[in-house]
Amino acid sequence: MSPTQIAALAAGGAGLVVLALLPFYIDAYYLSLSISLLQFTVLATAWGLFSGPTRYVSLATTAFFGVGAYTVAVLGELLAWPLVLLIATAIGALMALIVGISTLRLSGLHFVIFTFGLAELVRQLVIWYEVNKTRVLGRYVFVDITQSDIYWQLLALAVAVFVIGWLIARSRLGFALRIIGEDETVAKHCGINVTLAKVTLFTISAVFITLVGAIMAPRWTYIEPSIAFNPTISFQVVIMALLGGAHRLWGPAVGSIPLTLLFEFLSTRFPATSTLIIGIVFLLIVYALPSGVVGLWERVSRRKPEPPVAPQVQA
Amino acid sequence: MTNAIFTGLMLGGMYALIAMGLTLQYGVARIMNLSYGEFLVAASFASYWLFTGWALNPLLGLAIVVPIGFGVSIILYRVLLTPLVRRAPTRDALEVDSLLATFGMMFIVQGIMLTMFGGAYFSYSFLSIPVTVFGETLALNRLIAFGLAVVFGLALYLALTRTRFGTAIRAVAVDPTAARLVAIDVTSVSAFAFALGGAMVAAAGVLVSMFLTFSASSGVIFTMKALMVVVMGGVGNLLGCLVAGLALGLSESLVATFVDPGLTLAVNFALFLGVLLVKPAGLFGRAQR
Repeated sequence: MSPTQIAALAAGGAGLVVLALLPFYIDAYYLSLSISLLQFTVLATAWGLFSGPTRYVSLATTAFFGVGAYTVAVLGELLAWPLVLLIATAIGALMALIVGISTLRLSGLHFVIFTFGLAELVRQLVIWYEVNKTRVLGRYVFVDITQSDIYWQLLALAVAVFVIGWLIARSRLGFALRIIGEDETVAKHCGINVTLAKVTLFTISAVFITLVGAIMAPRWTYIEPSIAFNPTISFQVVIMALLGGAHRLWGPAVGSIPLTLLFEFLSTRFPATSTLIIGIVFLLIVYALPSGVVGLWERVSRRKPEPPVAPQVQA
Repeated sequence: MTNAIFTGLMLGGMYALIAMGLTLQYGVARIMNLSYGEFLVAASFASYWLFTGWALNPLLGLAIVVPIGFGVSIILYRVLLTPLVRRAPTRDALEVDSLLATFGMMFIVQGIMLTMFGGAYFSYSFLSIPVTVFGETLALNRLIAFGLAVVFGLALYLALTRTRFGTAIRAVAVDPTAARLVAIDVTSVSAFAFALGGAMVAAAGVLVSMFLTFSASSGVIFTMKALMVVVMGGVGNLLGCLVAGLALGLSESLVATFVDPGLTLAVNFALFLGVLLVKPAGLFGRAQR
């Protein structure tokens, strides 16, 4: 390892310690804000894991997030917490496998359409099941999890998503995905099992999103399908990843911080027109920053030789 | 049973009409418009406003709303989407860019409607008189809407297949590069096709508002159905739109009648995936590339 890499690792480690100690020093409002920041950082990074290299735009974040949250709502009081998270992971992975296998063999367009409707579909199925079979709609979440616990879990998840993303980028899988993103036909001719690579990464990304949903669930005391499957989450995650630049591992995180603060500000100050303003921000990003802040920065500093990038373990 | 089939056919006709505009926008102008349903709901609101505020018959309202839909769409294409068309190196890149841009637009239009009308559901009562057809009771407004949908669809079909300009539109849909070689102005034809799609969606919005309740946030479901119909039928193919729309409507009403109304969306998706697994380019689509 080169000295710069060691320095970056040390800085990352120190930053992590500071972040981990944060809940002891800040009040409830800032803790809740930090939770939102971490939540969207993990969501956007997980989204970027799959959609960044492959350029398949997934609009299904809410579907997985909601499944995670709803799993906690159903099982939270019955089982031990780690077991609940494990089951949420399994359900999320299973759903991602089903969706991936049935749509990722088709073109990117079909994938977009399917993910566009997936949250609505899952929501309808959950409602149907609850109304007809269990006869409860809306559940209370009474689990013994404090805000600080949520924060630490999200922090751990953030570290995991960065480490795994970094490992994937260095593996054969990551290389294969970059080729798929450049040209899928070429990738096929190189002997890459395109579908397998895409489905694998989609599942990994979906598991992280599901886990975020599960971890966030105790934040609400009452969950019903329309809360868990809130469509704006998909949208917010896409716009954050785009602002940062989805083609780099740490790009989405760069975008998630300013936008989470912006959304927080908008929803308290202008609740009525926040949808409109968010839409305008989105359009501005699509037009002005097609490859995100990171892409812009890379273009500006192109003349310099690119230094080796160490993973920035940072929220 | 007959009732279910009737309802399904009417619903399917509506889906086909809704999807025709999108198949023009996506098939010809290559704009995958995720804000499509929002424009439909905007037209519904316009019709509602004309009917309750000005006591204007929605059928006459069509004469106002449809040209506005055309005009707004052409401005939108020229101002917002042409830069994307210029910027995109390939068709696929344009698809992704337009998808993201219209995704943002969807929230803007929805935000405007939410600010103006709030989140409540709206409807108005126009010609909701029961009539009996083949021993089944149907509402007159639905019948009229269905009839007009057939007329619009037929007119569009004839315009595209029988006129010189319609042939140019189809040529652009098949191959924009080759269309340029035979002296077709691809940019303006694309703009026109996009605007024609906008006019169709405005018409659909007015017709739908006669018998459905709608709210500022109900556009997504229309977008989704329209996308499914377009892709299932084969992009850019009007006949495919009709068949896929009818199939979707029929399956939905049969399931709602005989199985459970809560499962309609699941059936839609199952049908969508089933068709695409057998024919990835859609029922009437050509295999691409």
